[in-house]
Amino acid sequence: MGTSSAQLAGVETLNYRVVRQFTIMTLVWGVVGMGVGVLIAAQLIWPELNFQIPWLSYGRLRPVHTNTVIFAFGGSALFATSYYVVQRTCQARLFSDRLAAFTFWGWQVALVAGFITLPMGYTTTKEYAEYEWPIDILITLVWVSYAVVFFGTIARRRMKHIYVANWFYGSYILTIAVLHVFNNIELPVSLWKSYSAYAGVQDAMVQWWYGHNAVGFFLTTSFLGMMYYFVPKQAERPIYSYRLSIVHFWALAFTYMWAGPHHLHYTSLPDWTQSLGMVFSLILLAPSWGGMINGIMTLSGAWHKLRTDPILRFMVTALSFYGMATFEGSMMSIRTVNALSHYTDWTVGHVHVGALGWVAMITFGSLYYMIPRLYGRTAMASAQQVEWHFWLATLGVVLYITSMWVAGVMQGLMWRAVAPDGTLVYSFAESVKATYPLYAIRLVGGLLFLSGMCVMVWNTWRTISGQPGRDPVTTPSPVAAAA
Amino acid sequence: MEILNLLLPLSMLFVIAIGAILCWAIFAGQFEQLDAAAKSILEDDDSGVGD
Repeated sequence: MGTSSAQLAGVETLNYRVVRQFTIMTLVWGVVGMGVGVLIAAQLIWPELNFQIPWLSYGRLRPVHTNTVIFAFGGSALFATSYYVVQRTCQARLFSDRLAAFTFWGWQVALVAGFITLPMGYTTTKEYAEYEWPIDILITLVWVSYAVVFFGTIARRRMKHIYVANWFYGSYILTIAVLHVFNNIELPVSLWKSYSAYAGVQDAMVQWWYGHNAVGFFLTTSFLGMMYYFVPKQAERPIYSYRLSIVHFWALAFTYMWAGPHHLHYTSLPDWTQSLGMVFSLILLAPSWGGMINGIMTLSGAWHKLRTDPILRFMVTALSFYGMATFEGSMMSIRTVNALSHYTDWTVGHVHVGALGWVAMITFGSLYYMIPRLYGRTAMASAQQVEWHFWLATLGVVLYITSMWVAGVMQGLMWRAVAPDGTLVYSFAESVKATYPLYAIRLVGGLLFLSGMCVMVWNTWRTISGQPGRDPVTTPSPVAAAA
Repeated sequence: MEILNLLLPLSMLFVIAIGAILCWAIFAGQFEQLDAAAKSILEDDDSGVGD
């Protein structure tokens, strides 16, 4: 006798602390990032909202918005849920508490550094890779640590099988490492200024190989991992087809890398490269919809739960938007379609179907499941507020995307309208003027979405305020218990 | 398009790495007993009752 509980039957305590830290920051950054989004949407209607200050100018704030919502909000959500899921599915504590803590603090420092330096005008100008070289180095260090913690935890698992969600998380961790390093190879010339190792259309190709895979792995594959754990848990049903989850995972892994050129249609990128990107983007539709179908059909036999469970509603709606966005994206990758949509607000609409409809909403559903369990409670403080959040978010997304679809198609048609004598019918300024009312509708959509985010923060505060964090123990394995 | 001299070999390395990992997974028995695997997360009690 006298053995400590940690030694008994291989039972160990899980590290929920870093999960809680990342979860809180997900909510904070969500409000901040979406808030900046609302500000710049307003600036497109009222440019004087930059108050003539360089740090508040649209050009500087736009990457603040994109980087904050993708890497700060989305990134923190992925850290939180991947650390939660890997521990629960492996029944093992994180490989290294210290490295995990470093990933938390290092990531936050990188995000804050970016939040400060971008408005100051320090930027690489490469989309979703605007942070300058010192931050890029910190990100690399954090990311390597993340990989060590995540894969180290899998190596410590007490069962042979690696649950499918971990494959999705693992692949995103590895591919983002490669993408980040190669796209950010740059020569520093001063503390906050560097030059890309690539130039011209070569740089464009690397940039959009990175950019599309940032979307494909950072915003899709990873969140599919989240979905594959939290949807079955909330629905209390196993994944509809585990076989399908494996098949579409490998298909996704092999095809996503090649889709990047669809960002460069009708540019000086060679025709054959553009066509390659287009073909793979179309092929991608199949594995993407495999994921959507698998997630939604998991509710087979449990559809009635959608009537009363707003968390499940978030998840199913997110999956629907995911299906929509992947179909839309494949269509927009077709060169003739792209000839109309490129550089218009249709692209912005498409981004937000994915970002608000899929990424944010699956995050909300997953966090609403996870947060109570991190703090020793059985549910969020108010189910009513989860319901409100759902309707604010859904209405917000719908207003956002419909206004941008109309704007985008209108812009594309106006820009290409040619009079019989060969001159352009409309000036660019005329297309801007025609877009105005649609920008106003989009602003309302964004405001609704942001207010839903704020409801979530309030509900979370009421749920966790005064509650001590809970660090559960693993289930003792039968073999160890018998020893 | 000299950048392809980087991107194509890099992508092939990726494909080979992905293929190798897939091979490992198959021969390490990751794709056996899939029904048990799907149910395993539901059997995990994460509710905090009796913590």
